[in-house]
This record gives sequence, C-alpha cells and structure tokens, in this order.
Amino acid sequence: MKNPALIFLAAFLVNNIVLMRFLGLCPFFGVSNAVETATGMGMAVIFVMTLASWITWIVYHGILMPFGLVFLRTAVFILTIASLVQLVEMFMKKAYRTLYNALGIYLPLITTNCAILGVTFLNIDNKFSFLNGTIFAIGTGLGFMVVMITFAAIRERLDLAPINPSLKGYPISFIAASLMALAFLGFSGLFGLT
Amino acid sequence: MNRLSIFTRGLIKENAVLVLMIGLCPALATSGTVRDGFGMGIAATFVLLFSNIIISMMRKIIPNEVRIPIFILIISTFVTIIDYFMQAFQPDLYRALGVFVPLIVVNCMILGRAEAYASKNSVFSSALDGLGVGLGFTLTLTVMGAIREILGNGTLLGMTIFGEGFKNAPVIFLILPPGAFLVIGVLKALLNKYYK
Repeated sequence: MKNPALIFLAAFLVNNIVLMRFLGLCPFFGVSNAVETATGMGMAVIFVMTLASWITWIVYHGILMPFGLVFLRTAVFILTIASLVQLVEMFMKKAYRTLYNALGIYLPLITTNCAILGVTFLNIDNKFSFLNGTIFAIGTGLGFMVVMITFAAIRERLDLAPINPSLKGYPISFIAASLMALAFLGFSGLFGLT
Repeated sequence: MNRLSIFTRGLIKENAVLVLMIGLCPALATSGTVRDGFGMGIAATFVLLFSNIIISMMRKIIPNEVRIPIFILIISTFVTIIDYFMQAFQPDLYRALGVFVPLIVVNCMILGRAEAYASKNSVFSSALDGLGVGLGFTLTLTVMGAIREILGNGTLLGMTIFGEGFKNAPVIFLILPPGAFLVIGVLKALLNKYYK
C-alpha cells in the first residue's frame, strides 16, 4: 500500500485504532466522561503520535538499522517516547502557555498509552516511508479523536439513562463500544481496504 | 498475609482485567481464540514473573527518583526475550498476536505490580504475586477466547464441536472486534451481579 490517501483512510476509518485494533483503550474508557476532556485528550494524542512517529523513524533507520541493534527496538522506543513527552511538556510550558493549559494535563498520561507505541511499531512493521508514516500517524490520531468524542457524547447520555445496576459503569460502556465497533465494521471494504 | 493468599489474590479477587480493568488492550485484541488468548496470557505471565523477581532483587539499590525508567528497562528486556522466543519457536502464534507481543511493555498491569508490590517486598513473595496476577490474566483471556471461539467459530482449539448446521452459520460477530467488547461487557456485568 503506497497511496497516501488510502493509508490515511485505512488508518482513520477502516482499521480504526480503538475499535478495530484495540489500542489506547485505557484513555478510551478512562477519560471519555465529557466531550471537552475527550477533545483535549484527542488533540494531545494526535500531536504526540505525529512527533513520536518522526523521532522513532529517525532513530530506527538512522541508528538501530545501521548498527545492527534492531533487537533493542522495544526498549529504545519506549524510552524515546517517554523522554519526548517530557521534553514536549517542558517546551510547551515555557513557549506556548495557552496550548499547555489545554493539553498539559493529558501529556503525562500519554507515555503509557499503547496507541502511541503501537503506531510506531506498525510504522516499522508496514515498512512505511517517512512521509507515509507521518500520514499514518495523523490518520490514526484523528481516528482516535473522532471515536473518543463520539463515545464521550454517548456516555454523557448513558449517565442519565435508567440502567440495571449490574450493568452500570463499565459493562454498559463496553456494550456501547461494541455497537460502535459494529458500525465501524461497515467501513471495511471501503475502496477495497481491509 | 500468608503465601497462598498472595498467590490466589491475583487470580480472581483482584483479577487484572475483570476487576481492576487494566491490561484491556491485549485482553480484547488477542482473545479471538483459546490458543491466542492462552499464548498471550503465558507471554505476559513470563514477563511479569521475571520482572517482578529482578525488580525485587534490585529494590534496595534502585534510586527512588529514577525507578520508573529502570522498571521499564527491566520489563522491556524480558519483553524482547519473549518476543524473539515466540518468533523462533511459535511463528504462527506470533503472527496472530502481531504487534501485541512487543506492546506487553506498556501493559499497565506489569508496571503496576512492579511499582505497587515488587519494589517493596521480598523476592519470593514478589514471584508468587507475579505468578498469581499473570495466571489470573491468562485465565480471563482463555475464558474469553473459549466463549468467542466456541460461539463465533463453532470450534475449540481448532476442533469442530458443533454439528454441521452450526458450522455453516456460527455467530461470526463474536470473533470480530465488536464481539470482544460485548463478551467482556457481559462478563463484567455477570461479575457485578453475582460476585459482589
């Protein structure tokens, strides 16, 4: 798959990171109580995901491959992402105060978000070029944000609905997510993507 | 606390997936069949057991300020070992689990046990704790895998268990991604109703 538009669509809808690939479920269920927080988290994820895909691509193709250190991938990527998030947080705090106020509290949470690390691994496994990797990361991040916001809207309504007590909280959220995933299954086969 | 209860606590009472709701990503993604669920569970148990042992051994010499990066490094060492081991000896399973094998490193269950238990307790207790939590995780994934494989595909461990009629039209929905959310939702609801 080389066409950037198809890579974007596949990452955004067909192989949605949350509902089809099951990555980033902790923030999906954890911080989707209100549309506002879901939007903030989504923006932070898009931002960090794009940066992380750049940095890890450079580290992998510039350092690990030439020196034959591919087996260190897991350890190097997680440490790179952890320090990247710290750096971004410090930089934002000094230079872009308003942006920091909007996204700042979500940044530390992102380090252990498996969606970020997952995307960097998928970038390598799919043998994406630098540009295609960027498009893949942006598409995935957008997919995450759209699903987060939609799910937060559903959960705001679910809080008010009369539900059997044993279904309250997590069970009903899982079932709502199941119905959403079923709807997203309808996108498979779009433009021949699977 | 006696040693038996350290071990059994993680199995059901503090089950990582169904009670504490952590480690959800691999639990949902790799529970399509019994084999995948069990394989993922054992891989995570291996990492959890050995990282708990090493972290517990080193707990007195790890400086408090940089403990999290050190824990992550130790965990990622064992993840790399199991990653390459599976690639060499279980290539089919490795292909089915895909990106979730290297992603064991960000499973909050493992870092959580390192931080909450292994960094404060003796080597033997930490090993028991790791084994208990890991096997609890394996149990959940295997049960979910069994439900989804039997109803969604009409098979168990690849063997057909229903008659011809079911084989042609199983509940395919259950082995697809939406089925994972539904199965864990129903399991959690049953647990809420009958276990509390």
